[in-house]
Amino acid sequence: MPVKVIIPTPLRQYTGKKDSIEVEARTVAEALASLTAQYGDLRRHLYNDEGKLRSFVNIYLNDEDIRYLQKEATPLSSNDVLSIVPSIAGGKDVSYQWSMA
Amino acid sequence: MATLTESPAAKLTKDEVLRYSRHLIMPEVGMDGQLKLKQARVLCIGAGGLGSPLALYLAAAGVGKLGIVDFDTVDFTNLQRQIIHDTNDVGRPKLTSARETIADINPNVEVVGFETRLTSENALDIFKDFDIVADGTDNFPTRYLVNDACVLLGKPNVYGSIFRFEGQASIFYAKEGPCYRCLYPEPPPPGLVPSCAEGGVLGVLPGIVGCIQAVETIKLILGVGRSLIGRLLLFDAMNMKFRELKLRKNPECPACGTHPTVTKLIDYEQFCGIRGEEHVPPTKVPEVTAPEVKKMMDENKPFVLVDVREPHEFQICRIPGSILIPLGEVPKRMNELNSADDIVVHCRSGMRSAQAVEFLMKAGFRKIHNLKGGVLAWADEVDPSMPKY
Repeated sequence: MPVKVIIPTPLRQYTGKKDSIEVEARTVAEALASLTAQYGDLRRHLYNDEGKLRSFVNIYLNDEDIRYLQKEATPLSSNDVLSIVPSIAGGKDVSYQWSMA
Repeated sequence: MATLTESPAAKLTKDEVLRYSRHLIMPEVGMDGQLKLKQARVLCIGAGGLGSPLALYLAAAGVGKLGIVDFDTVDFTNLQRQIIHDTNDVGRPKLTSARETIADINPNVEVVGFETRLTSENALDIFKDFDIVADGTDNFPTRYLVNDACVLLGKPNVYGSIFRFEGQASIFYAKEGPCYRCLYPEPPPPGLVPSCAEGGVLGVLPGIVGCIQAVETIKLILGVGRSLIGRLLLFDAMNMKFRELKLRKNPECPACGTHPTVTKLIDYEQFCGIRGEEHVPPTKVPEVTAPEVKKMMDENKPFVLVDVREPHEFQICRIPGSILIPLGEVPKRMNELNSADDIVVHCRSGMRSAQAVEFLMKAGFRKIHNLKGGVLAWADEVDPSMPKY
């Protein structure tokens, strides 16, 4: 299934500045695997050492949080949109952003 | 015998009727609504990028009591976006500056200032006298603190946050929907090197998000419309797109779930892994100062000066004789460097270059030093004509 993955600003430095990537996948897990296969640096920002999705990053299938669907096993339909939504804290002074070396 | 007294907030003066006439002639607000605004007590955490438009519009709308928590002073670099402050306010406390601007816009607003850092010791006390809290802070520990205090006190938290060209907005109100921890149970881990090159923010962006927070606050007070409770509004300024995601209450949320474990405020710095330090300092690498480098140049000592900033920073200012290898390109371009040479690496403030030096040392470079303080130190100690940014 062709799906679009929307890349949030803090992660665009790892995707050659692209704000969305098209992938072919049948589940959320496959889509993220395809994404991290193409853009290796994304892997450690999305997943911790145990291979689990980091808890300060949420994945949405269209407008639903995948934690309330079937998590990474959630099946995809053609033209679904996956959003990676990280926690951001800028407000008063954007001095603290999460961005790993 | 009881005397009937009418509190001033129970009616509008003739002046106020005229001032708010554009509100009063709308059925969605009317006299009832305007009186609700007058009786409302809203606390703004931060009088900066988000807090500026928020406080300005709440004051203009006639919110009766505006609390502001901010211990900072106005900095020159704030003026690009913190529109409640102006050039004459540089160096003054943000609270003083904000008070004056609000008094000019609407002298009917009572401003209660808290010139203090918000902490676990004072948050509950500060929040208790307000009906709504609007979060305009800039760091994760405070966001979790504000969330937990609002959950414990049963108050709505009107949330806004920004990053460069993107913004998020929502209302976290545990009584009616999810709280911040339902969305993000944990903050990003510590040990993250703040990316100076990836920082920055489009000045007007917090203006838009702060105004969205103001609208949502006013709607909550008036009890009209559909609020952002349970919805995350995402704003992408570059593509001019608004998107909306569903937020669900997490039954296992430690703060507002069915079995909450957060029963009091904790040490949020520790929760976010910051032990009293804003940035985790990089491993100590060999350093050299700006005057020492200048001396090497003056004495014609051969060395290579590597600048690891981004190309757009190189355009702002550069140290003469430096070669640009942006930090992200160092691994693949280090073969352009000769480990037999003396190398000095610099960036803007000395943090990215320290990372680069650490990396290059691991790759076998021995005659290498970090320029302590970067171009900022160069401007301060060697060349005052160099612009700082």
